[in-house]
Formats: sequence, C-alpha cells, structure tokens
Amino acid sequence: MSLLDIKNLSVDIPTRHGVLHALKNIDLHIDAGEILGVVGESGAGKSLTGAAILDLLEPPGRVVGGEIRLSGERISGLNPQAMRQIRGKRIGAIFQDPLTSLNPLYSIGQQLTQTILTHLPMTAAQARQRAVELLEDTGIPAAAERLDQYPHQFSGGMRQRVVIALALAAEPELIIADEPTTALDVSIQAQIIELLVRVCRQHHAAVLLITHDMGVIAETSDRVAVMYAGRVVETGPVEQIIESPRHPYTRGLMASIPRAEAQVERLQYVPGNMPRLSDMPGGCAFHPRCDRAMIDCTSLVPLLETCSARSQLACWNPLPLGQASDEERA
Amino acid sequence: MRWRDSDLFHSFSKTPIAWVALAVASVCVLGATFAPWVAPHNPFDAASLHLSDALLPPVWLAQGQWTYLLGTDDQGRDILSALLYGSRISLSVGLTSVVLSLLLGVSLGLWSGFAGGWLDNFIMRVCDVMLSFPSILVALLISGVGRAFLGSEHASFSFVVLVTSITLTGWVQYARTVRGATLVEHKKEYVQAARVIGVSGPSIMLHHILPNVMGPVLVLATLQVATAIITEATLSFLGVGTPPTSPSLGTLIRIGNDFLFSGEWWITVFPGLMLILIALSVNVIGDWLRDALNPKLH
Amino acid sequence: MLAFIFQRLIQAAWVMLAVAFIAFLLFQYVGDPVLFMLGQDVTPEKVNELRSELGLDQPFFVQFYHFVVNAVQGDFGISLRLGGKVSTLIVNRLPATLELAVAAALLALLLGIPLGVYVALHRQSAMSKLLMTASLVGVSLPTFLIGILLILIFAVWLGWLPSFGRGEVVQLWGWSSGLLTIDGLKHLALPALTLSFFQLTLILRLVRAEMLEVLRTDYIKFARARGLSERVIHFQHALRNTLVPVITVTGLQLGSLIAFAIITETVFQWPGMGLLFIQAVTYADIPVMAAYLCLISLIFVVINLVVDLLYFWVDPRLRSDH
Repeated sequence: MSLLDIKNLSVDIPTRHGVLHALKNIDLHIDAGEILGVVGESGAGKSLTGAAILDLLEPPGRVVGGEIRLSGERISGLNPQAMRQIRGKRIGAIFQDPLTSLNPLYSIGQQLTQTILTHLPMTAAQARQRAVELLEDTGIPAAAERLDQYPHQFSGGMRQRVVIALALAAEPELIIADEPTTALDVSIQAQIIELLVRVCRQHHAAVLLITHDMGVIAETSDRVAVMYAGRVVETGPVEQIIESPRHPYTRGLMASIPRAEAQVERLQYVPGNMPRLSDMPGGCAFHPRCDRAMIDCTSLVPLLETCSARSQLACWNPLPLGQASDEERA
Repeated sequence: MRWRDSDLFHSFSKTPIAWVALAVASVCVLGATFAPWVAPHNPFDAASLHLSDALLPPVWLAQGQWTYLLGTDDQGRDILSALLYGSRISLSVGLTSVVLSLLLGVSLGLWSGFAGGWLDNFIMRVCDVMLSFPSILVALLISGVGRAFLGSEHASFSFVVLVTSITLTGWVQYARTVRGATLVEHKKEYVQAARVIGVSGPSIMLHHILPNVMGPVLVLATLQVATAIITEATLSFLGVGTPPTSPSLGTLIRIGNDFLFSGEWWITVFPGLMLILIALSVNVIGDWLRDALNPKLH
Repeated sequence: MLAFIFQRLIQAAWVMLAVAFIAFLLFQYVGDPVLFMLGQDVTPEKVNELRSELGLDQPFFVQFYHFVVNAVQGDFGISLRLGGKVSTLIVNRLPATLELAVAAALLALLLGIPLGVYVALHRQSAMSKLLMTASLVGVSLPTFLIGILLILIFAVWLGWLPSFGRGEVVQLWGWSSGLLTIDGLKHLALPALTLSFFQLTLILRLVRAEMLEVLRTDYIKFARARGLSERVIHFQHALRNTLVPVITVTGLQLGSLIAFAIITETVFQWPGMGLLFIQAVTYADIPVMAAYLCLISLIFVVINLVVDLLYFWVDPRLRSDH
C-alpha cells in the first residue's frame, strides 16, 4: 500500500471570468521513504497539488473531485480539526522562500518548541532539547547557542535549514517540498538539496519534491511525475524518465538538462508556451507544441494509463519504448 | 464610447453605494450652488425676517409651519434656507482651498523632485514637520496670527484667512506624492534625452511627469474636499471661521448649539446632518476612486 | 543603539529649536513683545525700562537667545486676555487635558483593537460589514458634531450624563484629578468618548488592514502547514505581528489627541489647555499661543522618541546592528 495515494484529484478556481480547471484528474502515489519528484513549467499545477494534499488551497480555489489517502485512510474532505492534526504531524511542508517562511518576531527556538509541543507529548525542556537535536541534524553549527536567535540573524541557506528542521519537528511520514532551493543562492542550492534528502532518509520520511529544475530531480528523485497544464502526463523511475522518456513533452524537458557528457551544440528547448488555464486547446493540451501530434490529439484528451508497475503515461502517440533519444545523444 | 468600456466605469457601476453617494453629493452641490433660486427664503435679508416666527419647530412637530419646513432660529431665519446658503459657503471655501492647495502642492512637488539637492531636502523637511502636527492646530495658529496681524480689520478678511489656513494645511500630501513620482520619472531615459536636447525643465514637468501623476492626485483631491469641508466647519464652530453674517454650516451649528438645552434642537441638528451628508458622500466617492485607480487590486 | 538614541535626541533638539524660532517670531513681530512680557497694566516707565533692557536694537540672535532661555524656564510672559503668567495658566490646565487625552486613548485602544481583530477574522459576517460602514461614517464625522450628538442624546434627551465642565475634582500634590470621584468620572465620560471616536475608527481600520496583510504572509502559511491551531496562529503569530505597526501609529496619535482636545474641550467647556488655546486664538493672545505651540511640540517630540524606543523593544530585527 502506498503511503500517499491521490486518485482523480480535480481542483477548480472560480473567477470573475468563469471557472478555471486548475487540476484535472490527478493520479499520483508515493511509497514510504520514496522521493517523488514532480516537475513541470510554472503554472502546471505542481504547487496546487501540494496545497491540495494539505488542504491549504487559497480560496476561492477548491477541490471538486477525487480523493487523497494517507496510508489507506482518506484525508481529503476531512474536517478542519482533523486535518490540523495531520499537518505537521504526519505530513510536513517546506516552501520556497526561507526569508518569509519564518516569523521575524519570534526566535527560532520558540518557533521550534511551539511546533514540537503542538504534536508531541513532552515537557518544555525536552522540547528544547529536541529542537537542538533537529538543528544539529540540519547542520547548524553551535545549535544550542543559536536557538534563541532570530531569523534575521541567519543567512539564507541557514534559514532554509531551520525551515527543514521545523518541517521535520514532529516526525512526519511525508514532506512536501515546494521549490525548496529556488530562492537560494546557486552556490548553496546543491548543499540544501543534499541535506534535505539525507535528513529525510534519516527520519524515514518520504518526499514530494516539487520543482521546475530538472537537474535537481535527476540528482535526488527515485521516481518522477511530469505535469503539464493541470494534468500528469508521465510518471516513471528517474532513470527511465531521463534516458528514455515516452511523452514528447518529457523528452523536451530532458533535452534541456545541460549535461557534461553530451556534446550538444546548443540546448534544446520546446518551442511555444504552456497554454493558460483560461485558454486551453481542445484535446491534448500539448498538441500545439508537439511534433508528433496526430488528428486524435486535437480532440481527445489522453488518459493517464499504467504502463508498468512504476510508470504511467498519457499520450496518443508516445515515443516508442526503449528508443533512447538518439538524436539528442549524437 | 470609450469611457463606458473603461475599468473605471465598470467598477463604478458595480458599486451601487458609489451611485448613491454621487447622487447625494450632486443634490447637495446643486442645492448649494443655486441656493438663491432654490431656497424658499433669504435668511440674510434682515428686512424679510419676522421675529414673530422665531424658534418655530420643523413642520412635522406641533406649531410647525409649511413655509418653514425645518423650523426657524431665534431671529426667525428659515433653517432650510440657511442650510442651502450655508452649504454654499462651506462648499466654496472647501473647494477653493482644495484647488489652491493642489496647485501649491503639485508645483512644489514637481519643483522639489526636479531640482533635487538642498531645495528638495528643505521642502521635504518642511513637509515632515507639517505632517507631524495635526492640521487643525496649524490652521488655528494661522488664523490666530492672521487675526493678530490684521487687528481690528480681521473681520473683513476672515474668508481670506480661513482659506489660507486650510490651504496651508493641505498642500503637503500633494507635494510628497508628486515629488515621489517626479523622482521616478526623472530617472527614466526619455526625460534625460529631453534634457540633452534642451527641452526646458518646466516643459518636461508639465508634459511628461504631470500626466503620470494625475491619478493619485485626483484621489487625494477628492478625499481632501471632505477634509477641507470638515476643517472649515470645525474652525467655524470654534469661532475662527466664517462670521455669523455669512455663516457656513459650521457657524450655523455653533449658533444652534446654544439652543440645545432649551429644546430647540433643530437649529443645530439639521446643519449637522447636511454636513455629514456632504462629507460622507464625498468620502465614499473618494474611497471608490482610490480603489478603482489602484492597480494592485485588479 | 545608544548611537540611535543620541541621534534622535539631536533631531529632537533641532525640531524644538525650529518651533521655538517660530514662537519667537510670533512673540517679537506680531504685536508688542514688551506688553507680552509685562502685561497691559504697567506704567510707561517700566515699559521703557524693559524696552531698553530687552534692547530691540540688539542683534536678532541675542533676542532669540533670551527668548529661548526664558522659554526653557517656562517663562512666556503675561497673557493679554487674562493678565496672569502664561506658565501658571497652562500648568493649571494641564491635568484636565492630560486626563482627557489618556482616557480617550485608552478607550480607543481597548475598543479599537478587539473590534479590528474581529472584523479581520470574520470578514463576511453582518456585524463586520456594519462595523466597517460605521467606521467609514466615523471618518466623515467631525469631532464637534459627535460631541453635540452625544450631548443631545445622553444629556438633553436621556439626562444620564452631564455635558459641561469637569465636575468634582480632587487635588493630589498639585495635580487636580477628576478620576477619583464618581461625579468627575461622569463628567469625563462624554468628552472622552467624543475624543476617542476618531482614534477608534482609525485603529479599527488599521488593525483590520494589518491583520489581513499578515494573514496572507508565508510565515502564517507555514505555521498552518505545521499544524498549529487557529487560535495560536491568530493570537500568537498574527496578532503580535499586527500590533507592531499599530503601536507606532497609536503612540504618534496620542500627540494629536492632545491637539484635538481643543475641539472637544470647546464643545464640553472642559477647562483644559485646548480651551485656553482657542480662547487665545479668538483674542489674538500671542503669549499663550506661543507657549501652547512650544508645549505641544515638546509633547510630540517626547512621544515620538518614546515610540521609537518602543519599536526597538518590540521588533528584534532592529536590535542587532544590521
């Protein structure tokens, strides 16, 4: 049984100009301890999926279909009280900007102990001890002294470490990391990602890693899910997705990873833009940019079908299995 | 028609309260402007007053009369007519002050932003100091000084002193806003290019910077009208505004205050209600205008 | 931080000097300064004596210096209207105004903050819409009208509360207080309510706007994602962050309360500094006006300084040398 199982999740956002179907029939699952990378362009719906899992959608957005199960128990549609007990305790979250994720008026010790005491039965002294341990785990030097410092006294990378510590404070089974390194200096992005992976494995937490950076996915994920215009278009083990993608969009994404070994004269990219939610083409949302589009693609939406135990695909005219993109390799 | 398609109109038509406010404000302004023709009596023509008609209550109370719809004061003056004439004075003082402070503030703001250096510093310092004092205090001080200077002549100059004091408390906001916008525009390339070609400073200010600032200035002006009217009313109520011979709404309220305890409440309450109506409707329009012109809310 | 305090003190001194300069100009050039110093019932000999002593032919800055020296000692001459020493007049009236202003400030805070929080957290409720409409009306209502309406309702029609003067006062080491008697408190009620009204609407709208802003921040979102309860999020995180700017604004408003007291004191004939000032303006009593100006500026400057220090204490970001 998967740790997290999302079936048929749909999210609508009513606006002045009509209803936007932001997420359409999302199927995803994460196994215990696994790292699932969710990748796609800005606006594809990655962050929305994360927010929907935690029931933190910004109004007026709301879930209009499907269900989410955590270890078999249904967590979608729970009352707010019950959901609050899941957040932090069973599912933790990390957001993009560490500068704004921490309350500037409270010391990080206060913020840590508050979170710990909300979920775990222990005394204040024990909570403080645990807070120090968490900070040490996330690589903050002189943790015990820095406990009483304020967020502005930490550098960007240090702050994200604190955020990671906060997310892990109550030992959740799953961490949703939404673009955890995008706002950081390029020089420390690698450090933080490596820390995140290490610490999560240490604490036996699975990770839903949301990002638009294929390089990060390649380095860290076990499995990958590719999203486009509010739908999942392909999932599979990371090696398969990178080496032999089957969806034309995925192929385009992979080709845009700069790789040291490949001798490419210039980086490939997928021409055109992802359509806006208010302006969806008929059929497969990708067909206007696709060089393999057929007649069916313009009128029928491809459904996500299981190809193997660990991979799925939504495409009418996928790349053949095993065809390593020779054109790109050459 | 282009205006009908604009966001402004769209927003206006969606906010019914703005319609109501506009209607109320229009009625008040029209009534005030055409007071000499609309008012049933002329309360300031001593010859037309009948002392026997003094202290009559509004028409719906016992002893009220239809000729004096809202009652009369202790001199037999019709309250409704006094209201209309008084609004006229309140509005003209208010609008004049706003226009003058707009001109003063916008000019100083443009000049300050454009010239930079010590002038800019100085003007901004003055603005800071003035903003840290409540405007009523500044207005009162100016009134007091005016009175002291003019000695016994001050009565005939009371309007000038009044308008001056309100003007001098209102210009600061315009100056700051416009200066800020000037600084932003100043750095842009087209301004630099124009200067290189030799286009004069004032020309640049007028033709390039000013149009960009008109939006916020307009919002400020609308909100300031309400503030100016209230400030004028307050000054008049305190006794340093318009004289009893040509009373604004504030003066009327002050005069009527003396009769509160003897039971003739209408002399004070009706001018008060009129004041509230005008100020409220102008504030609503100003609020709506600010929201409508605010790009962040779209 | 000491450097900061020092810098602010210097700034304060400059502002006071500028204000003193304006007061000096008033004193010297609007009317006769000698009469201001001595009053009007003095012999011509004394006038001449002082005139040569003051030396109106002395350099401008010497005269200014004398003025400042006198001002610092509290000597602003004699009131043209009442004939007594200006400093004595003002000191006698100070307690009345201060009690009124503090009462109004407390009322505004104790009502404004909870109402503002309520309106922010229950945006859609009918009560909230009512409060917001009332606050819009409140901003359009001039203070004196509120006073008159309150008098009409509570004093004339209902007869519950008095509308004139301070009532019974108790002398406490030179400070006359109306807070210690029921009669005094009854007299304080309507004026304090009137004076607090504008502040109240301001605080309500400010708290609401700030709280809504804070509730949209990432750290609140993160706090939610950590499973903290709504009560903790609203009252420990959001409220604390909301109150920081609110405190500043309110503190600064305390100064303007004292100035606005002018109007309230006139409506209720409250024997404070404000009433003294308005009478001085009507009479063109320059010494009193000059003294009031300097005193109010001093109060403003002191309040500004205290608020700045308060900010330091409340916001840890300002404490370290960043």
